[in-house]
Amino acid sequence: MPPPDPTARTYGRRTFLAVVAGGASSLVWGGSAWRAAQHALHPLARALPGNLRAIVPSEGWRIYTVADTMPSFDPARWTLTIDGLVERRQSLRYEDLLTLPAAEQVSTFHCVTGWTVTQVHWRGIRFRDLLAVARPTSQARALQFVSAERPYTDSLELKQALRHDALLAYEMDGKPLAREHGSPARVVIPEMYGYKNVKWVERIELVAHPSDGFWEKLGYDRDAWVGRSNRG
Amino acid sequence: MADRQYVLRFSRTERALHWIHAAAFFLLLASGLALYLPTLVAVVGRRPLVRAVHVDVAIAWVAALIAVMLFGDRHSLRRTLAELDLFDEEDRKMLRGRRFRAARFNAGQKINAALTAAFALLFAFSGSLLWLGERDTRFRFANTVLLHDGLAYFSLVLLVGHLYLAVLHPATRHSLRGMTIGTVGEDWAREHHSRWPALEREAAEPS
Repeated sequence: MPPPDPTARTYGRRTFLAVVAGGASSLVWGGSAWRAAQHALHPLARALPGNLRAIVPSEGWRIYTVADTMPSFDPARWTLTIDGLVERRQSLRYEDLLTLPAAEQVSTFHCVTGWTVTQVHWRGIRFRDLLAVARPTSQARALQFVSAERPYTDSLELKQALRHDALLAYEMDGKPLAREHGSPARVVIPEMYGYKNVKWVERIELVAHPSDGFWEKLGYDRDAWVGRSNRG
Repeated sequence: MADRQYVLRFSRTERALHWIHAAAFFLLLASGLALYLPTLVAVVGRRPLVRAVHVDVAIAWVAALIAVMLFGDRHSLRRTLAELDLFDEEDRKMLRGRRFRAARFNAGQKINAALTAAFALLFAFSGSLLWLGERDTRFRFANTVLLHDGLAYFSLVLLVGHLYLAVLHPATRHSLRGMTIGTVGEDWAREHHSRWPALEREAAEPS
């Protein structure tokens, strides 16, 4: 072995330790850095073709599913059932949804795992307009959403669903909802984390009390307010 | 060149570590992208199965690395670790963009090794937190998934550079031979790694 070089420095281990320390501490600061990167990369993402755009973090969507297969939408067979504590049970076809009063909004989508997508343009039906058709009874206090992706369910209190920015969306960014975003209809409630924004909704049951949904049974908060819930 | 001389650059243990890491990385990258990119998620589907593959490969990767480190040639690993750790004046010349004479590893290869090791540890750390976080709220942190995804982006950049130098770049692609069968041409080594002690020893021995 040659004699050790007195001028040699242990930069290898220092690099390793610095990167590990920076990465581990990003559990604290990573969210802000990610949003800054999203913002900086936004022009690049816009310049890419549609399929490649999803590779750049500025688009930000991640698709979480719980079943083996993702539900697919057949306009000829799809219906949205509204039942439970209602005066008039409803079975709406996709065309029926489009005839109801439409609402539009631009809002930010927050996932409980830390990522967000800003400036999402939604179009759909406010729940007050949707429920006006079915007329909930006085005992109805919550909406239970049943997804075509079994066994995903979740619920909102009636007053939560009637918030000014909650809706059942059927368009995203000017196009009908894509399959991976819950086509043909999904819940949008921007003040709550994404797991309350049930995708592939095919049934809304009016019930007396909200109940734990898929992720709530695994320990997530039922009232999933952004920044105020799921803090461990 | 029938009479070309070869020198051993990587031991079996070092090569095993490299290829276990490489194979696991590609499998984890493929399954990770199928979980991550919306277009692929829609095409591939079967998220529970893909996620199980991702987790199982990760466990096998860690177990295989530990097994090689426990039962392989630990002496060669310790020696390599020491070489990768120390940056001497010639390494610093390379980092400053000046002419340099490399030993068995040049400064770029040493940095690549340090980053790869750090990323591997952080991947294992963040992946474990994601897995545990689904089962116990104490392990749930808002930015864990961002760390895991961010590492994938940085690793991809590192991988592209590594693959270019190892497979395409005319001056360096001969080094792939060292990582596959262990030896590299002595003439190539003298040109690119002239301060490598193995060459100096060889030069000192009578022919």
